[in-house]
Amino acid sequence: MNAPVAPLFTVARQREVVAALKAAVPAHCVLFDEEDTRPYECDGLAAYRQLPMVVVLPENEAQVIAILKTCYALQVQIVPRGAGTGLSGGAMPIADGVVVSTAKLSKIVHLDKYARTAVVQPGVRNLAISEAAAPYGLYYAPDPSSQIACTIGGNVAENSGGVHCLKYGLTVHNVLRVRMVTIEGDVVELGNAGLDAPGLDLLAVFIGSEGMLGVVTEVTVKLIPKPQQARVIMASFDDVVKGGNAVANVIAAGIIPAGLEMMDKTSSRMVEPFVKAGYDVDAEAILLCESDGTEAEVEEEIGRMREVLNASGATAIAVSQSEAERLRFWSGRKNAFPAAGRISPDYYCMDGTIPRKKLAEVLLGIARMESKYGLRCANVFHAGDGNLHPLIMFDANLADEFHRAEAFGAEILELCVEVGGTITGEHGVGIEKINSMCVQFSPQEREAFFQVKRAFDTAFLLNPDKAIPTLHRCAEYGKMHVQRGQINFPDLPRF
Amino acid sequence: MESTLQEFNARIVAASAAKTPLQLRGGGSKDWYGQAARGEVLDTRSHRGIVDYEPTELVITARCGTPLAEIDAALAAHRQVLAFEPPRFDGNATVGGMVAAGLSGPGRQFCGAVRDFVLGVDLMDGQGQILHFGGQVMKNVAGYDVSRLLTGSLGTLGLLLQVSLKVLPQAFSSSTRVYEVSQEAALHLLNDWGGQPLPISASAWVNGVLTIRLSGAQAAVDAAEKQLGGSELSNGDDFWRDLREQTHAFFAEPEPALWRVSLPSVAAPLDLPGVQLIEWGGAQRWYRGSASAVSIRAAAQAAGGHASLHRGGDKSVGVFQPLAPAIAKIHHRLKASFDPAGIFNPGRMYPDF
Repeated sequence: MNAPVAPLFTVARQREVVAALKAAVPAHCVLFDEEDTRPYECDGLAAYRQLPMVVVLPENEAQVIAILKTCYALQVQIVPRGAGTGLSGGAMPIADGVVVSTAKLSKIVHLDKYARTAVVQPGVRNLAISEAAAPYGLYYAPDPSSQIACTIGGNVAENSGGVHCLKYGLTVHNVLRVRMVTIEGDVVELGNAGLDAPGLDLLAVFIGSEGMLGVVTEVTVKLIPKPQQARVIMASFDDVVKGGNAVANVIAAGIIPAGLEMMDKTSSRMVEPFVKAGYDVDAEAILLCESDGTEAEVEEEIGRMREVLNASGATAIAVSQSEAERLRFWSGRKNAFPAAGRISPDYYCMDGTIPRKKLAEVLLGIARMESKYGLRCANVFHAGDGNLHPLIMFDANLADEFHRAEAFGAEILELCVEVGGTITGEHGVGIEKINSMCVQFSPQEREAFFQVKRAFDTAFLLNPDKAIPTLHRCAEYGKMHVQRGQINFPDLPRF
Repeated sequence: MESTLQEFNARIVAASAAKTPLQLRGGGSKDWYGQAARGEVLDTRSHRGIVDYEPTELVITARCGTPLAEIDAALAAHRQVLAFEPPRFDGNATVGGMVAAGLSGPGRQFCGAVRDFVLGVDLMDGQGQILHFGGQVMKNVAGYDVSRLLTGSLGTLGLLLQVSLKVLPQAFSSSTRVYEVSQEAALHLLNDWGGQPLPISASAWVNGVLTIRLSGAQAAVDAAEKQLGGSELSNGDDFWRDLREQTHAFFAEPEPALWRVSLPSVAAPLDLPGVQLIEWGGAQRWYRGSASAVSIRAAAQAAGGHASLHRGGDKSVGVFQPLAPAIAKIHHRLKASFDPAGIFNPGRMYPDF
């Protein structure tokens, strides 16, 4: 596995860092006893654990600045952390480092219904923003499946999406401004209350930077009007290729559905006993296709979608007739991960994105890998945007199974890169997929990423050793950078 | 194609070694934009052509020198569009220049800006290396989002060789409505409507007339027409094209200089002597008048935004709003890493950059 062996910190070093932090922030904000730091040893990727030397929970921006200046002076490495729901180990601590938790920065500073913006601290939960905006008929669009728990600071770090991002975009499309503190203690505002800011688009590069460029202290998000109505079509197909083609046909018909999801038979059979969503468990693929807008608009679009799905060979079609039914149709898809946890002691969720036309090829490849590694895999697919979540089922108590699951996952990601896709669509690289970065990016590209990091974090102290692998690590991993089909310039030296 | 890339590589390597500036240029349709260009021209138009376009994937990939007109034609054949409606200006605009300049048209209000649609780029950096960032898929968080950092960078970080863009279907139906209202009333209406689920895809206020475009499903457009009233503008498409291309009468005279002021949509009307045209639901305000650069910038900043000298005028006042020191520091480090010899479009964005 990728988790590094823990180099133990010395008691003297811990005392030094704790004393310096206590001089910077109130003592109750600094945790260092093992019983207090234990809850921070991992994020949503629980297979990777590391007890941190110190955890600090600032209560305001001045304290964040003081913490960063202290760590900079002492050359202590920092891991910023939101709610810890991330699935790629991006918030896994460093043994002799400090975890900076934004949990106490949880105020909605200002919600402006007229301007349709909310200014929030990083520890505000994603769903809490939409709840606060609901009385005004507004909401915050990105809805990652963990939205009940995950925070906006973490969403900014990961550029989180959700099931509606084909139509409504990712975090990067819905954040206007980020206020953050650099490792040197500078307060920097990226973007602003308008739609753009002068100079380079640093906001865009900061979003999705996995806590490696700065610590967020405030975020301004866009709020949008809540559609009056949403309805979903559930369509069955006797062949996954037909399901994939149906998705392409919907798009070709000029429709951008609010949600467009696909599940394979393994997935629907896995979730149906669990949630009783009414899924057709004999179908090879189930498609969920949502329309939102005014009642008349939805009626028109549903009609158009139904026609396309029928023409694409759907074997059964059901349209939600009530909000309760809509939620029931979705419940299976939204509970795919817990359902995998119910039928298997452990599961490993992958997150590649592929050009949709390669779906059949990739699913076939995954099926071959199931026999190669002797493990089962269920596939759920954000079909509209090509983001595939294979859920590999294994038993962590059998040491060999974990290794096989890891190798299985890495091979899926390589296949995603080979067909012109990417190793992560929305979960981030973190520590989990750091080796697979060697496959997707050349040494020169990885060096460019390091240079971007250095432009923000000159001291290389913010969440180092995540997301971007060193040359050394890639050499050890021993897999070559895969050239994508489109950009072969065979005669040009690639250095 | 390889020979073109080899030629670009050779010129960049030589320019870096000699520390002589290169002016990266497509069709030259935006030569007037930004600070004055200097250096020997590197014309990107020899590297052209659509590399890949899959309508059902909603992605088009094209080489930097491809004329936007070629992209438009390819998309139109499948009833798709660049939803941010980039200006074509004199018709020579290229896709590389469009991404480098980062200018969006009327569609920006609802659909997003150029940067929101850039999925990936191939870049030739100051060492002549080809670097690939992002990709051809819509969801991609592997590595930092350098493609979007390069969007609007005015060619200061490197030569964009190829870009992949998200495209969208054309709206099934659209309609343009006009209302005779004051600027204040127009701003109020736009922000009020913005909070309701209405299919408003573009807006403009000028000369006491507010014009809006409704786009979407026929039923949505019909319902919004009924709700919002106003009267129909029959040649609506021409109006939005003139706005996008800045051929509307407001932009016709070369003097006084044209300023672009980017503000929160709810900001009160700018109290500056002269005329204004408002777009993007109130978030983009064009100004021409006698106010000094200092007072325009001060007004923009006080309202929570920034101002740039978009076209004409005396560029010695600085085209773009000066950066806060902590931000400027990051800019300089990024420049130094992508373009260590400082050869790419030096001074085009800021005099020292």
